[in-house]
Amino acid sequence: MTGVAVIETRGLTKRYRSGPPAVDRLDLDVPAGSVFGFLGPNGSGKTTTIRLLLGLVAPSAGTATVLGEPMPRAARTVLPRIGALIEGPALYGHLSGRDNLVRYDSADPSADPRTRGARVAAALDRVGLSAAASRRARTYSLGMKQRLGLAAALLQPRGLLVLDEPTNGLDPQGMREIRALIRELAADGTTVFLSSHLLDEIEQVCTHAAVMNRGTLIAQGSVAELAAHTRGRLSVTGPDPADAARVLKELGVTDLAVAGDRVTGDPPAGAELADINASLVRAGVRVRAFGRERASLEDAFVALTGEGFDVAG
Amino acid sequence: MSRAESPAGEADDRGAGVRDGAPEGDPAEAVARATGVTPDCAPSATGVTPEGAPPAAAGEVPPAAVAARAGRPLWSLGIFRSELVTTFRRWRTLTLLGVLAAVPVLIGIAIRVETADGGRVGDGGGQGPAFFTQITNNGLFLVFAALAATLPVFLPMAVGVVAGDAIAGEANSGTLRYLLVAPAGRTRLLLAKYTAALAFCLAATLAVAVSALAAGALLFPVGDVTTISGTRISFGEGLLRALLIALLVAASLTGLAALGLFVSTLTGSGVAAMATTVGLVVTAQILNAIPQLDAVHPYLFPHYWLSFADVLREPVLWDDVLRNLGLQGVYTAVFGSAAWARFTTKDITA
Repeated sequence: MTGVAVIETRGLTKRYRSGPPAVDRLDLDVPAGSVFGFLGPNGSGKTTTIRLLLGLVAPSAGTATVLGEPMPRAARTVLPRIGALIEGPALYGHLSGRDNLVRYDSADPSADPRTRGARVAAALDRVGLSAAASRRARTYSLGMKQRLGLAAALLQPRGLLVLDEPTNGLDPQGMREIRALIRELAADGTTVFLSSHLLDEIEQVCTHAAVMNRGTLIAQGSVAELAAHTRGRLSVTGPDPADAARVLKELGVTDLAVAGDRVTGDPPAGAELADINASLVRAGVRVRAFGRERASLEDAFVALTGEGFDVAG
Repeated sequence: MSRAESPAGEADDRGAGVRDGAPEGDPAEAVARATGVTPDCAPSATGVTPEGAPPAAAGEVPPAAVAARAGRPLWSLGIFRSELVTTFRRWRTLTLLGVLAAVPVLIGIAIRVETADGGRVGDGGGQGPAFFTQITNNGLFLVFAALAATLPVFLPMAVGVVAGDAIAGEANSGTLRYLLVAPAGRTRLLLAKYTAALAFCLAATLAVAVSALAAGALLFPVGDVTTISGTRISFGEGLLRALLIALLVAASLTGLAALGLFVSTLTGSGVAAMATTVGLVVTAQILNAIPQLDAVHPYLFPHYWLSFADVLREPVLWDDVLRNLGLQGVYTAVFGSAAWARFTTKDITA
C-alpha cells in the first residue's frame, strides 16, 4: 500500500463545443491499492472524466497521469494494463459471448494469441458465464451482458480497473457477487476506480472516494474522512436534557440542540466520548442513551453538494 | 440503555470490515508523496520527458502493478483477422453476398427463357446491355454481363453498406470504445476496417463472378471466346481474362470503400453513414450521366468503371483501365487520409 497515485490529474479540463466545461480543472489523486469510489449526480462529469483517463476524449487543458505514464500520449503502453467497463457493456450481438471476448482480446496488441483461449475461458469462469459462453450475446439478459463486460475487463491481470456502474442491471445476488469480486481483486493489489450512483455500494466496498458536481471535484479522500465531515453529532438522551446540555457545553460541545429528551451537538475535535459520558454521570445527569449518530456517506454527499441526488442542471 | 453503547458498534457493523482493511494510512502523506512524484511522470507537451523511461518506474507504483507487456509485432495483426471474421460472420454481410450471387443466376435464367424459342437477346428491343447478346453463344459471357450489370448499382451499394457501417456501426453499438481501450489503436483499427472493406469488395465481386460462371456453364454452351475486336481466344485464356476483370472490378470499388470509411468516421450512426455513402454513389452516377458536366467526369470515381471491357479486346487496351486504377488510388489516398485525420483526433463519446 504505497502512497503513490495510480491516477493523478492536474487541472484536467474538458470543454465540448458549447456550454460550460463538462470537466473543470480536476485534481484527482487515486492512491495505489485503493478501491476508489467516484460519486456524483448524473451529468456531473464522471463519465467524461473516465473517458479522459482512458484516452477516448482529448483534454482541453490539464494533464492526466495513469499508472505513472501520461495519457493519452502513452495509451499504447498504459491501456493494456487497464481493464474498463465504461457506461455499460457493449457487445456484438451476432457473436457468442466467448467470441466477443476473443474479439476484444485480439484488439490488444500485447495479448499472446496462443493463450487467448485460456484467457477467455478463465475470464468467463470468473464472472460465472461459462455455461452461457456459446450463446449469441444478443440473447443475454442485461445482467449477463454486464458480466460479459466485466469479463472483458478481466482478460488480463490489470494494474487498474475502471468500472463505471458495474452492478447496473444485476439482481441482488449478482450485485453481491460483483462486490465480492471487486474486494477480491483489490485484495490482490489491483486498484479499482469505481463510479457509481449507489452511495451504499461505495460505502460498502470503497476505501477512498471523490465527489463530483457540475464538472468540478468537490471532495476527495478516504471514505472515513469524507463521512467524518458530517460524522460526529453526539446524541444524549435522558430525562434531564437541560442538565445534559449544560454539562455538554462545559465540555466544549458546540452547536447544541435540545429536542424533547434528546440533546445533540458537535463534540470538540479529538474528544474521547467515553470521558464525556463519565462527566455526565459524575454530574448526576441521568443518561438513557449516549452515542454518535451514524452519519452515512449520503449525509456527507448531501452536505457537500448541498442538494439531493438529482440530475445536475 | 438500548442505544447507549450500541451506536459505535452499529457503525462498525456496516462495512467496518472493509474500512478497517482500508489503506487509510495517512491520506495527507499519500497526496504529498503523489505530488512529489509529479515531476517524474507529468506529461510534457514539449516531449522533454524521456520516451524510453523504463517501465520499471511505473512498475513500482502499485504493489501489484502489471508490468507493461511487450507484444510481438505479429500479435498486432490479431485485430485484422478478428475484423475479417467479425465482418463475414454478420448476417448482413452474408445476405448481401447472397443477393449479389443471385443476380447472375436471374440474368442467366431470364436470357435462357427469352431465347428458348430460338430468338436473339434484345430482339425487337434495340440493343441489349453490353455482352448480353453473346451469352447464348458462350456462357462465359454471363460473367462479363453480370459484372457489367452489378457494377453501376448493386456492388457499390453493398460496399457502401459495409464501408459506411465500419466505424459508425461500432460507435453506434458502443463496441468502438471497448476496442479503443483494449487498445486497438486508432490507426490500426482504421487499417483493419479498410482491409475488411477491401476483402468485402473482392468477396462481393467474386460472388458475382463465380455464380455467373457456374450459371453460365450450366445454362449455356461454353467454348472459345470471341473478343470485342473479333479475334478468338481459347476458353482457358478467356477464363484468365475473366479473373483479371473480376480483380479490376474489385479494384474499382476501393475508392468508394475509402470514401465510405471517411463518411463512417463523421457520424455515430451506422444507418446515416450507409445512407450517405450509397447516396454519394447514386449522385456520382447521375453526375457522370449528364453530358454538360463532362469537365468533371474524369474526377468522378465511377467514370472509368466500365473500362474493364477493354480487357476483352485483342490486344488489350490498357489506357482507361490504368486511369481507373489511378483514380481509385487517388480516392483511397485522399479519403483514407481524411478518415485517418478525422478518426485519430475524434472524441469518442458514443
